[in-house]
Amino acid sequence: MQPLRFATAGSVDDGKSTLIGRLLYDARAIQEDQLAAVERASQRRGAGGLDLSLITDGLEAEREQGITIDVAYRYFATPRRKFIIADSPGHEQYTRNMATGASNADAIVLLVDVAKGLLPQTRRHLEIARLLGIRQAVAFVNKMDLVGYSQDAFQKLDLAGLEAIPGCALRGDMVVERGDALGWYHGPTLLERLESFQADAEQAAAGPFRFPVQLVSRPVAGQPRGYMGRIESGCVLAGAQVQVFPAGRRTVVRKILAHGAERDIAVAGDSVNLVLADDIDIARGDLIADAAQPPRETRALEVTLVWLGHEPLRAGGRYIAQQSARRTLATVSSDALRLNDIGEARLALHAPLFVDPYDRVRATGALILIDEATNQTVAAGLVR
Amino acid sequence: MLAERSHLDWLESEAIYILREVAGQCQNAVLFFSGGKDSICLLRLAEKAFRPGRFPFPLLHIDTGHNYPEVIEFRDRRAAELGERLVVRSVEDSIRRGTVRLGSENQSRNAAQSVTLLEAIAEFGFDAAIGGARRDEEKARAKERVFSFRDEFGQWDPRNQRPELWSLYNARVHPGEHVRVFPISNWTELDVWQYIARERLEVPSIYYAHRRPAVRRRGLIVPVTPLTPPRAGEAVEELSVRFRTVGDISCTCPVESEASTVEEIVEETLVARLTERGATRMDDQTSEASMERRKKEGYF
Repeated sequence: MQPLRFATAGSVDDGKSTLIGRLLYDARAIQEDQLAAVERASQRRGAGGLDLSLITDGLEAEREQGITIDVAYRYFATPRRKFIIADSPGHEQYTRNMATGASNADAIVLLVDVAKGLLPQTRRHLEIARLLGIRQAVAFVNKMDLVGYSQDAFQKLDLAGLEAIPGCALRGDMVVERGDALGWYHGPTLLERLESFQADAEQAAAGPFRFPVQLVSRPVAGQPRGYMGRIESGCVLAGAQVQVFPAGRRTVVRKILAHGAERDIAVAGDSVNLVLADDIDIARGDLIADAAQPPRETRALEVTLVWLGHEPLRAGGRYIAQQSARRTLATVSSDALRLNDIGEARLALHAPLFVDPYDRVRATGALILIDEATNQTVAAGLVR
Repeated sequence: MLAERSHLDWLESEAIYILREVAGQCQNAVLFFSGGKDSICLLRLAEKAFRPGRFPFPLLHIDTGHNYPEVIEFRDRRAAELGERLVVRSVEDSIRRGTVRLGSENQSRNAAQSVTLLEAIAEFGFDAAIGGARRDEEKARAKERVFSFRDEFGQWDPRNQRPELWSLYNARVHPGEHVRVFPISNWTELDVWQYIARERLEVPSIYYAHRRPAVRRRGLIVPVTPLTPPRAGEAVEELSVRFRTVGDISCTCPVESEASTVEEIVEETLVARLTERGATRMDDQTSEASMERRKKEGYF
């Protein structure tokens, strides 16, 4: 089974670091030397006992300021599946890093302090997660011990319709273990909920076939020309009818090669080589797709932009648009967009892109804008 | 059908995708190959990504001059078997040039590698350097992008990394700058050994249990070598050990083990109670931030 990737959101004050530390500790993903380092650090900083929040300690600047600046990736496994945590910053000024962490997540865990409810920065994190199409979300309502594990306090919270789990990261209630203080709660623990989520590729396999060409192999030693790439959506069978873009021509998949071996079928997430029946001019950035459900060809694209650059959008400015393996120049028209703003924009493209709505196919509905002069990635775009 | 895809298949597919993006976006890439287990996996992934063609990049090793001979022998043999070009640049040459200055002959050359590495990148004008670093190794690495930008001085700025959304990697750089690329970012030590087992990859003999004279020092097993002699009062023991990580002799320690097959190593890794670096590295223990500081200066 493929790993489940989830992002965490919430402020340090809500106990986010403690929650992740608790999850890793109770799932036995912390080794003795890490624990010893945390014990030493706990003592040095005057924390009584073991401060689990120090497990996720990051960069020097983060330790100094007591904040998370950038995403940290952490790994653990249960007998049921493997997990990748994108431990993401919550502060608005680090939205670009939050978006980095959320863009590949299958699910999001929002941390809520039962006494404070959903904070603005956590709401914003949820908003970005929803914009990025993360459909699986759960709120962990923390610090229940400080309200006497009151069911009333838990039920009074306005959590924007989110599924919620009451608990206490510090004591470990409802993270991995149920604990004995929340007898009135009969739902899953946080870990049980995470184990039940679905990974993205499992969903992507159900979409229309999309295969962006990364590289073209030269015919070597009698081997036919192959098109290398990863299936981003749907699946393909040997013998399937496909259409090639921008050439527009239809052909048939003659062979699916995966690392030298021939296969009958390949699905979303598989890196393969496709050999086609006809000789068609195909280069990096072209798209091989389901002929019955083709993508939309366009030179004028309406997108939702998340602005990530330190410099604001230059109205009418020219940027490089990168979508799947394809790049073209784009002139961007939009209202003013500054760092961390979200807004609608219109891209006039110098060469066509082959797109799907982001909600339907992530890989062909997502793009980034790159500043030609600085090479910085300045925006994330979602095709509507 | 999907249920049959293991997590190793998923990790492999992601790594192949990343390697192909390097080939598609970069003009002059290189792959770091040390003869260690992580870069051995990289070579297999490159085979899967590019065969029957040639690799679209040469291999590069920065030789500290303090490597185990078994590893150097393996490095040369593996490169020859693959028929790919191996470039070796040595810290010794940087010392001769005066760009590396060490306090003493036996001092660890691990940090000095950064200088030689950046000199090699400048010499060949590489715009991308592929490495086998993993995010589970260390907290500074846990923060790193898959395509990680380095400025003209080879420096990493962890406070201002490029946003990296979805699988839309941005490898664009100006002349003199480069990206470091980490295809196995999402692999753990266990994944690496499971992959070595599944693919039946050969690794240097010192990864398997063998007998070696060593001393116990501050919780580590320090092998007795000309570079790391026993200190006064230390008892030299003949121990059954294996290396979990293979690096500069002066700072890499083995662990006690009887594991003589890959399967036994996988078993030991499953129940290991110490992290890979915590059990084996003298250089990471100097301060909470030693890896972060070295990485900022261009360390691999």
